[in-house]
Amino acid sequence: MNYVPSPWAIVIFLIFVVSVLMISYHFAKKTKSSANYFAAGGNIHWSVNGIAFAGDYLSAASFLGICGMIAVSGYDGFLYSIGYLAGWMVALFIVAEPMKRMGKYTFTDALDAKFNSKGIQLVAAISTLVVSLFYLIPQMVGAGSLVTPLLGLPHWAGVVMVGTIVIIIVATAGMTSTTYVQFLKGGLLIIFSMTLVFMVFSRGITTSPDQGGDVPFHNYITLKVLDSTKDKVVLEDKSYQVVKELPVNGSLRFLKISKGQEESIWKLDDKKGVLEETLFITTLANGTVLYNGGAKEDNRFYQIGHMSELGGDTNTKTGTLNLFSFIDTIKKGTVIRWNKQVIADNGGTHTVYYQNPTPGKDVLSPGLKYKIDSEKGAKTTDKIDFISLMLALFLGTAALPHILIRYYTVPDPASARKSTIVAIAAIGFFYCLTLYLGLGAMVSGVIDITNDNMAAPLLAKSFGVTIFAVISAIAFATVLGTVSGLIVAASGAVAHDLMDRFLGMNLGDKRKVFAGKIAAVAVGIIAMILGILFKGMNVSFLVGWAFAVAASANLPAIIMILFWKRTTAQGVIASIIVGLTSALGLILLSQETFNNLYHLVNVTAPVPLANPAIISVPLSFLTLILVSLYTAKKKTLNGTIVSQS
Amino acid sequence: MHEPAQEWKKDSASSIKELLGIWLFFLYLIVYIGFIVINVVSPKFMGIDVGSLNVAITYGLGLIVLAIILAFAYNHVSSHAEELLNNDQRRDVETE
Repeated sequence: MNYVPSPWAIVIFLIFVVSVLMISYHFAKKTKSSANYFAAGGNIHWSVNGIAFAGDYLSAASFLGICGMIAVSGYDGFLYSIGYLAGWMVALFIVAEPMKRMGKYTFTDALDAKFNSKGIQLVAAISTLVVSLFYLIPQMVGAGSLVTPLLGLPHWAGVVMVGTIVIIIVATAGMTSTTYVQFLKGGLLIIFSMTLVFMVFSRGITTSPDQGGDVPFHNYITLKVLDSTKDKVVLEDKSYQVVKELPVNGSLRFLKISKGQEESIWKLDDKKGVLEETLFITTLANGTVLYNGGAKEDNRFYQIGHMSELGGDTNTKTGTLNLFSFIDTIKKGTVIRWNKQVIADNGGTHTVYYQNPTPGKDVLSPGLKYKIDSEKGAKTTDKIDFISLMLALFLGTAALPHILIRYYTVPDPASARKSTIVAIAAIGFFYCLTLYLGLGAMVSGVIDITNDNMAAPLLAKSFGVTIFAVISAIAFATVLGTVSGLIVAASGAVAHDLMDRFLGMNLGDKRKVFAGKIAAVAVGIIAMILGILFKGMNVSFLVGWAFAVAASANLPAIIMILFWKRTTAQGVIASIIVGLTSALGLILLSQETFNNLYHLVNVTAPVPLANPAIISVPLSFLTLILVSLYTAKKKTLNGTIVSQS
Repeated sequence: MHEPAQEWKKDSASSIKELLGIWLFFLYLIVYIGFIVINVVSPKFMGIDVGSLNVAITYGLGLIVLAIILAFAYNHVSSHAEELLNNDQRRDVETE
């Protein structure tokens, strides 16, 4: 779709950015020591830290990614909300207080508290950097997605803008400014998301959504087919001419037809004897991109997402709905979802989106994105993939570096626990809202099919430019805050873990802060490059990978250090290396990466799983146990020999 | 040896909190595993109506609400245990 920026949106956005920079400037004067820079001096009140936790956690993946995934895949997107919140149970019940007790500035401190091992310092710091970078990618992609509708700038400009602002935030005041930016953003995100859900309920659902009268509903038409054979299709309406049938593998049939000078692509439904209107993006051999046969500015490419019938009525609307009647209305109707088919033609390609009427009860049950029903063709690997994703989400939260460092910003272990509880309440409430935001977008005719990450902001836009501007600015602040936290974590890993402790450079307090700031700038630049490279991937899906890497590399070490006395430093090192490399290796060899990153079409990847956690997490645990037993035994034997001699 | 952030006062309630944490964790884990198992073994069950909602949404929202309830319960018991046991310990030290 064509995005036209509004001056009002730009003003609200700028107010947000200026406020965030002023917070950083205010705290910059107080941030002189490394304790202040890396851990906000350990003086943040638990209630502020709790909302800041929510700010850290409710990243672009939660707000943009989950809402977008629910908007196109229904309930399967909500699985992320459930898994993300479940992960906090591990954080609260197992990790929170011990992490606070054992650590100082970074996750590496806590792992290394018992051992003082150079190996742990090195691998834990590397793991922190890798996980942070993996988590940074979707945030940057989300930033790029946001600036296009908000400011009318290209994707790369959004990525560079976020990168630059975040570098300023982190390089000036470190964790203190990051905490207050997160607090502000976390609070506002929850309040305004709740407002948006009430607006969705208040408007109700209609079979012809027109965005409050702002955008006329496009009624997708069908053309009657008189005769259809393998080689020929005859249409009833003679004003249309069949140009040719497009070559497609499989049973679907698409025709290029013309009316006057205009050509369009239609899907043939043999059973109903009709041609169905599609949406299509044509990339010509010379690189020109056309949307439904026209330039982007022509606005011929429509926003999608509506219900074709409500309780059997194809032309109706409801009144105001509530938490229950909203779900009930969708359950009893049919939602028009859209499938995608890429077709090669004349040296270029057509990306064709065609209608897929889906019963509401299927939209509200699992299975549209993740195949789990054997009767619908799900294979064993599909089911294992689903379990693997849910495992990664459950175990990943408590192993994310930017979450772990927030335990060091509060004064004591009890405050760490209390701030986690505030976070769980705030995050849990928000995740309940995501279901309604996503489904609201699904039936309100607001989805940009080329970029599902924009579902929630575009839903806001359908209620007016002010709420859109506020929601977009908050979403942008969401990215800013989360990226800031991740960069603080990464800069701590470089300056504190690697330079100060592993390399033994004995940096003084001021030099350590300076090194942290330089590291922040470097990580920020790398994040910008990755954000541009990964454009177009669903941010929630990418975050699923970050969780898998964190769960595999970090969590086994944390859990075993806390609960297994025979854990050795070598066991921890081996576990982190195996968890990290196996998770990364499995991701890089997966079908998703082959298709979406390497753009290898029709190539079967060696790894059938999209999420590696189910293999890499047990492997990491097993490695830790075996290596610890082996090295402890060796130590005992050596000790016996020494005592005998 | 690397030093922690600061020296904490001895927390006499830590073993109670740890035990409670593990029990609540396993309680939640069982409910979470139940959710995954039903999804994989009997996805159709997830589509059964529960009033205006269905099993999938009721169970999913239920997991979120259960997490919040358990978190508050854990904090309530932990804070109470800290107050009781750590104050007792302080009183004993003062008496000696």
